[in-house]
Amino acid sequence: MYIAMNITKNIHEWLLAILPETAASIVEMTLIALVYLAFFAIAGLFLVLLERKVAAWFQLRLGPNRVGFHGLMQTIADALKLVSKELTVTIKADKFLYNLAPYFVIVTALMALSLFPFSKELQAFDINIGIFFLIAISSIGVIGILLAGWSSNNKFAMIGAMRSGVQTISYELSVGLSLMTMVLMTGSLQLSEIVEVQKHGWLIVQGHIPAIIAFMIYMIAGTAETNRAPFDLVEAESELGAGFHTEYSGMKFAYFFLAEFINMFIISAIATTVFFGGYLSPFGITESIPLLGVFWFLAKTLVLIFLMMWFRWTFPRLRIDQLLVLEWKYLLPLNLMNLVLMALIVLLKLTIKF
Amino acid sequence: MDATTIINNLKSEEYFINMGPQHPATHGVLRLLLTIDGEIIKKVEPDLGYIHRSIEKICEHDSYQQIVHLTDRMDYLSAHINNEAVCLTVENALQLEVPDRVKVIRTIIAELTRIASHTLWWGVMGMDVGALTTYFYGFRDRELINDIFEETCGARLTMNYNVPGGLMFDIHPNFVKRVKEFIAHFKTKLPEYDTLLTGNIIFQKRMKGIGVLTKEDAIAFGASGPVGRGSGYSCDVRKHHIYSAYDKVTFNEVLKTEGDTFARYQVRIQEMWESMSIIEQLIDNIPEGSYKATTDAVIKLPAGEYYQKVETARGELGVFIISTGTKNPYRLKFRSPGFSNLSLLNHIAVGGKIGDLVATMATLDLVIPDIDR
Repeated sequence: MYIAMNITKNIHEWLLAILPETAASIVEMTLIALVYLAFFAIAGLFLVLLERKVAAWFQLRLGPNRVGFHGLMQTIADALKLVSKELTVTIKADKFLYNLAPYFVIVTALMALSLFPFSKELQAFDINIGIFFLIAISSIGVIGILLAGWSSNNKFAMIGAMRSGVQTISYELSVGLSLMTMVLMTGSLQLSEIVEVQKHGWLIVQGHIPAIIAFMIYMIAGTAETNRAPFDLVEAESELGAGFHTEYSGMKFAYFFLAEFINMFIISAIATTVFFGGYLSPFGITESIPLLGVFWFLAKTLVLIFLMMWFRWTFPRLRIDQLLVLEWKYLLPLNLMNLVLMALIVLLKLTIKF
Repeated sequence: MDATTIINNLKSEEYFINMGPQHPATHGVLRLLLTIDGEIIKKVEPDLGYIHRSIEKICEHDSYQQIVHLTDRMDYLSAHINNEAVCLTVENALQLEVPDRVKVIRTIIAELTRIASHTLWWGVMGMDVGALTTYFYGFRDRELINDIFEETCGARLTMNYNVPGGLMFDIHPNFVKRVKEFIAHFKTKLPEYDTLLTGNIIFQKRMKGIGVLTKEDAIAFGASGPVGRGSGYSCDVRKHHIYSAYDKVTFNEVLKTEGDTFARYQVRIQEMWESMSIIEQLIDNIPEGSYKATTDAVIKLPAGEYYQKVETARGELGVFIISTGTKNPYRLKFRSPGFSNLSLLNHIAVGGKIGDLVATMATLDLVIPDIDR
């Protein structure tokens, strides 16, 4: 585990001084996990509030503005309400799978979160197959959705779960291939190295045309991966009620709900890392202060999250067959051609570097 | 075995799903019994009766003035036009000449009602296909009409502004000014509807070519209103059986020949422009005079059968009264547009996906209390 910030280094040395090495590393890991859990909760609550505010701006309303200053505490109040609610189970549900499903969704979201370099030295888990690991992890989440829909023994939930399976399996190809296009330029799957390569210009600038195409494909497929509008067929409320989580209540519902927002954060964070230079500041204006990397990383991610919210509150929903046609007939061939184009550009050294 | 035979032999099990009576897309308490094969609709059976209040039976015990109030509760989005239908029937039966002022005011408010109903439909339609923002745009404009109604007659939805023989009271002094303000406002806002939803490529792909209704079927099923006109069936009661002040105005009957959901959508958007034009022609020419013709305190219709139809926002509403000469009708029957339009659903939605069913249902513009009564 790569920890080099001063505070963490101090804690690390202090723990080693009072504990044997194995115990110290276990305590360390637990501490890091708790920090991430806290970040997860705060980010989730903040994004829910942001979504409601953004929706309100699009819809000529004010949004939540009663609890706390300009409604800042609204989602905390909502979360407290959800915690205190009864966890209902339908009689004919498969209880084991029904209870297991939310954890699949939330744990995978949390695992993916641990990979991101928030700044140069603030990264919990820097493995050399970073991108590959992210894609692999994010595909596990769909198992949770499938289980939720199947085990709750509700036909609407079942349709939602089946749609989710079809959708995620299809769009994962596009997510993977568009990221592979970028990996051609970096030559590494490791997230920290991908960011370091961008010291000579963000990858979306370095790779110009194919990179922009890849970014567009990635954002479309990423929106579909998170099951958000215009690809929210999984929980299309006018067709299926609430889709796969129809039968969930209280905190189990909140897990699905939060996971959706964390997934949105993850998709935007991957785009930030791969296309927009991660924690690097534009034109290297604040490179002397490494901690500001956190600010740049979160700022870029928030802009992309806003983009996804913009999609959601403007576009109507696709139909299931149109969704699949879009992926298999348009995005996938385009993606493969784009991959070849990028390979040519890298081979002929046509990339733009500052 | 070649590929097609294998695919044809792959039989998935059809299943049954209960859509409603509480379901977001049925807008009320309509229950649809769906038979589905995967995502494909095999059969749609509407099941009615969840909001049946036996209005027609209650009417048999009520005086003609009282019947007007019950009609608000049928198609509550065209409350004024429903009232007008009963009033016109009674006036025709009594051969009562209502003042011109009444006719013009009734027409203006009927067209405002039509715009209000269509804006609400547009908002909800967008929501059904997944664009939630449309709902608030629709309501923004509808609220202004409701404000005008509130100032005019004290109610925003169930207006009861009509009485047999005229209006309950005269218009508010601000009425003309506020209607003009609204028209000026709405002329700038209606194009927003097109930029937000109509021109959207996803929306057009969702709407075009689904729920196709041919002209012959439209006539056979008794479709009326924008549903019929979307299939090229000229069925506007305002044109073919002129009532109130529609003889004083020029307007186009909006006709589309495609018959799909997008055609029905376009008919309604276009009708809002036509309604605005009708209001503009009338609003400066409201004749002076009495707002009510004198009628007996107890209205007794001469024995006989009377029928009158009007064009509500959803289509043709017919009122059929059999009178035996007493103060109550012997039998009263409403021919509601929603009921005939709903009967189409199985015909046009079979073979589509679940998403198509919802979009098709949205363009039929069903108001469940209108169907059940």
